Amino acid sequence: MTVRVQREDFDVGVEIGRLRSGNPRIGAVASFVGVVRDINEGATVGSITLEHYPGMTEKSLEEIAEQAKARWNLSDVLIVHRIGTLAPTDQIVLVVTTSSHRGDAFAACQFVMDYLKTEAPFWKKEVTADGMRWVDARDSDSKAQQRWN
Amino acid sequence: MKLRLLYFASLRERVGTAEETLDVPDGVTTVAQLRNWLAERSPLWAEAFAEQRSVRAAVDQTMAADHHTVHDGAEVAFFPPVTGG
Repeated sequence: MTVRVQREDFDVGVEIGRLRSGNPRIGAVASFVGVVRDINEGATVGSITLEHYPGMTEKSLEEIAEQAKARWNLSDVLIVHRIGTLAPTDQIVLVVTTSSHRGDAFAACQFVMDYLKTEAPFWKKEVTADGMRWVDARDSDSKAQQRWN
Repeated sequence: MKLRLLYFASLRERVGTAEETLDVPDGVTTVAQLRNWLAERSPLWAEAFAEQRSVRAAVDQTMAADHHTVHDGAEVAFFPPVTGG
């Protein structure tokens, strides 16, 4: 299980290769990449800045990965989340789950993202033509998380 | 009781402080009581807590509900709902 919070970009191929390297038990790799959109709530987004709570962020991501491992039969979980200022088309977040079979890998990947969206202490601030604004939390994200209860 | 308080994102901007260490009175033993005490102490905090739809709290870097207790030396953070991912 690996959790990283970083400013630098990530290479999905390299990350997946490292995660499954030398493990012949892995039959399935599911991954999710979150990307900065250029439109949010009807406004054109020039850039976003991600703030986080150092210490709690890592702890929270580790707990989410642990919960996924307890719930599904997984070989490994990787979470990489970027912070700092990002532009549209930039990658923000990567979640990779590996398992013997696809069902567990798919479900766990979605579970990790749904929990990350509602529990990991990150906050986005957008720059639009009207100035800077903090992004509001979405009810749909809370609903997505609640379906796992 | 001494507490280390942290504020993040829009809440940090509203109160104009990222971090402070405060001596709180004996009657303050839960997250809710701490929030009320901070609001009574300063109109800026009262406004910030009232304006934010739902201020979340963490005690020692774990999400904490209103009734969660705070202890001497605790790190208590206040922030808006998270928006990562």
